[in-house]
Amino acid sequence: MSTHTSPGDKIVVKGASLLGEQATDLLLEDGVIREIGSVSEKGARVIEADGLVALPGLVDLHTHLREPGREDAETIRTGSAAAAVGGYTAVLAMANTSPVTDTAENAERVFDLGRAAGLVDVHPVGAVTRGLAGEELAELGLMATSRARVRVFSDDGKCVGDARVMRRALEYVKAFGGVISQHSQDSSLAGASACCHEGEVSGQLGLPGWPGIAEEVIVARDVMLARHTGSRVHVAHVSTAGSVEVIRWARAQGIDVTAEVTPHHLLLTTDLLTGYDPTYKVNPPLRPVEDVEALRAALADGTIDAVATDHAPHARHDKEHAFVDAAFGMLGLETALGVVNTVMRGNDLLDWAGVARVMSANPARIAGLADQGQALQVGAPANLTLIDPEAQVTVDRDASVSLSRNNPWHGRTLTGAVHATLLRGVPTVLEGKLV
Amino acid sequence: MKHLLSINDLDVDAMRMIFDTAAEMHDVQHREVKKLPALRGRTVINLFFEDSTRTRSSFEIAGKWLSADTINITGKGSSTSKGESLRDTVLTVCAMGVDALVMRHHASGSAQQVSEWVDAVVINAGDGTHEHPTQALLDAYALELKLGSLEGRRIAIVGDLTHSRVFRSNVLALTKLGADVTVVAPPTLMPSGIDAWAKASGFSTSYDLDEVLPGADAVMMLRVQRERMNGAFFPTAREYTVRYGLTRDRLATLKPDTPILHPGPMNRGLEIAADAADAAQSLVLDQVSAGVAVRMSVLYHLLAGEETA
Repeated sequence: MSTHTSPGDKIVVKGASLLGEQATDLLLEDGVIREIGSVSEKGARVIEADGLVALPGLVDLHTHLREPGREDAETIRTGSAAAAVGGYTAVLAMANTSPVTDTAENAERVFDLGRAAGLVDVHPVGAVTRGLAGEELAELGLMATSRARVRVFSDDGKCVGDARVMRRALEYVKAFGGVISQHSQDSSLAGASACCHEGEVSGQLGLPGWPGIAEEVIVARDVMLARHTGSRVHVAHVSTAGSVEVIRWARAQGIDVTAEVTPHHLLLTTDLLTGYDPTYKVNPPLRPVEDVEALRAALADGTIDAVATDHAPHARHDKEHAFVDAAFGMLGLETALGVVNTVMRGNDLLDWAGVARVMSANPARIAGLADQGQALQVGAPANLTLIDPEAQVTVDRDASVSLSRNNPWHGRTLTGAVHATLLRGVPTVLEGKLV
Repeated sequence: MKHLLSINDLDVDAMRMIFDTAAEMHDVQHREVKKLPALRGRTVINLFFEDSTRTRSSFEIAGKWLSADTINITGKGSSTSKGESLRDTVLTVCAMGVDALVMRHHASGSAQQVSEWVDAVVINAGDGTHEHPTQALLDAYALELKLGSLEGRRIAIVGDLTHSRVFRSNVLALTKLGADVTVVAPPTLMPSGIDAWAKASGFSTSYDLDEVLPGADAVMMLRVQRERMNGAFFPTAREYTVRYGLTRDRLATLKPDTPILHPGPMNRGLEIAADAADAAQSLVLDQVSAGVAVRMSVLYHLLAGEETA
């Protein structure tokens, strides 16, 4: 919690442009937006926001905070810091920790550590199956009724491959409004040593890969299972044009399916692998440019609901192996807004309202977070992000507040920088720095 | 040229220079006293993470005949299984004071990664299913000894292309030298995206060996692992032999002087019949002999290069 501002203090955000529209002032008090318009600064701390764009605090459906188990790569505190610096006020922490988040007790532990860090709301994702083994259901209901109120369940990192288990999980979570977030990857089409997208680049590099179809067959199966069960499925990190087509079709049938895309799949392509740099090894893998274009279009037209980072910190030594042996994953929390702004707003595919939709409102809705992602209006929780829309930022991996350095954006210049983040009226980030 | 990681590191002139020096080294091989002083005092480490007899001993002999101190370090399995990162492993080896690292590793790209971490010269002696550049150089060298210039020569490369570093290096080397290369395999053993690659690089692909063989000026057979049938790449070894093996019947369709190459080790009876392996036109042993000369040349140019320039 900030030492400078306590929840009862008044803050005036002066001259912020709400969703890029007309500039106005906001009075924040008791964790909510008290007034919008011309407000009195009396007794209030003022945050000058002239030229800044205000969005509702960002919500990330997909992060790996590594605690418990790999605190050398990231902790809930450092991951929360990276999230706040990235403009986030809430993150969902994936279950593939050690131990796995597959019980109420484990979920509460993550939840409590998040509260103690106090920089963003940390909502644990529960495992679908015990130990992520894909066989027996984890204690989904007990996690849901725990203090952590788990609503999103995922074996992320692994696919729930068994159709019977996936069917039962989809059915079971209906009792408490849960959703299954699936890592779509058919293990028989993605061999054990597969490490990248299978295509022209992998063929020349001699790297074992897996084709887009390995994702698409699972997406297709799961939307049919969602239709059969009348339940809700969420497709994590969609990476191919074929998956987009399936999701678009399913939506048209009225199937309850939502989907997310990562920032890296909106910009980085498979030809980055030619240097065999494991920084670019990620699952799902970087795909060809045709897929990237389809993903951008799907995010713009609403077929894909949300941007989710899949922030995946790794200790340096876990990336300093040969490409096939190195760990999967890349950092994403601190750069997501810049990437989305550069790729989507920069190409007129989304406006600021659209960015708010895919990075805040939709992810909050999918995760069932009532106090996040709300429109910036009087009475709403004072979760907001102030963005300098024209700032040119050259990413420096060593400037990160994450414990890890597996940053694929290092050296790239992105447009737009998070200037401030406020969680329930309390600044967590000011002038781009942690408070 | 600081390292030899891929055939892409070489232009035609560089290849020609390697072949010219190899020819001189080839003469040394037939002398009674085979030792040259060129690399006296230099240390070459053969760092082999994967089993290999012929490539390792070929590099070892090459280094010794050039008077380098040649040391073999072999370790089966990946460094990850020992809990050490590849970077730590190679930095440890190089900290002993190494001029050249000849490296064989199960992972594609590993030689390139290592070259970015160490000061020593790195020679790729086979990285996963990516490349094996000295094999391609020795194949081209041995072929030129038989055929003269490879310009316009029709060369068939047949076998498990997907899993073959020999194929990947050879297709680059032979097309650079002007050969008209056709690669032959069942669709399941063709690398992904090969059609676009072939089009961009100017080689051809075929699923039908019998269509390709009659026009071939040279045939290179690749090793096929019997275990591949477990990955549903082909039904049985028998069917593979019938459809893609250099059988006695197919041998008869070749001209008597058409060179037959195989990088070894051969699966006699699977991808190559004994009659073909042992035929007068087989270059299998010439390849081995050329291998030492070409590797001497590569070591010489990478380690003593400045003095010759």
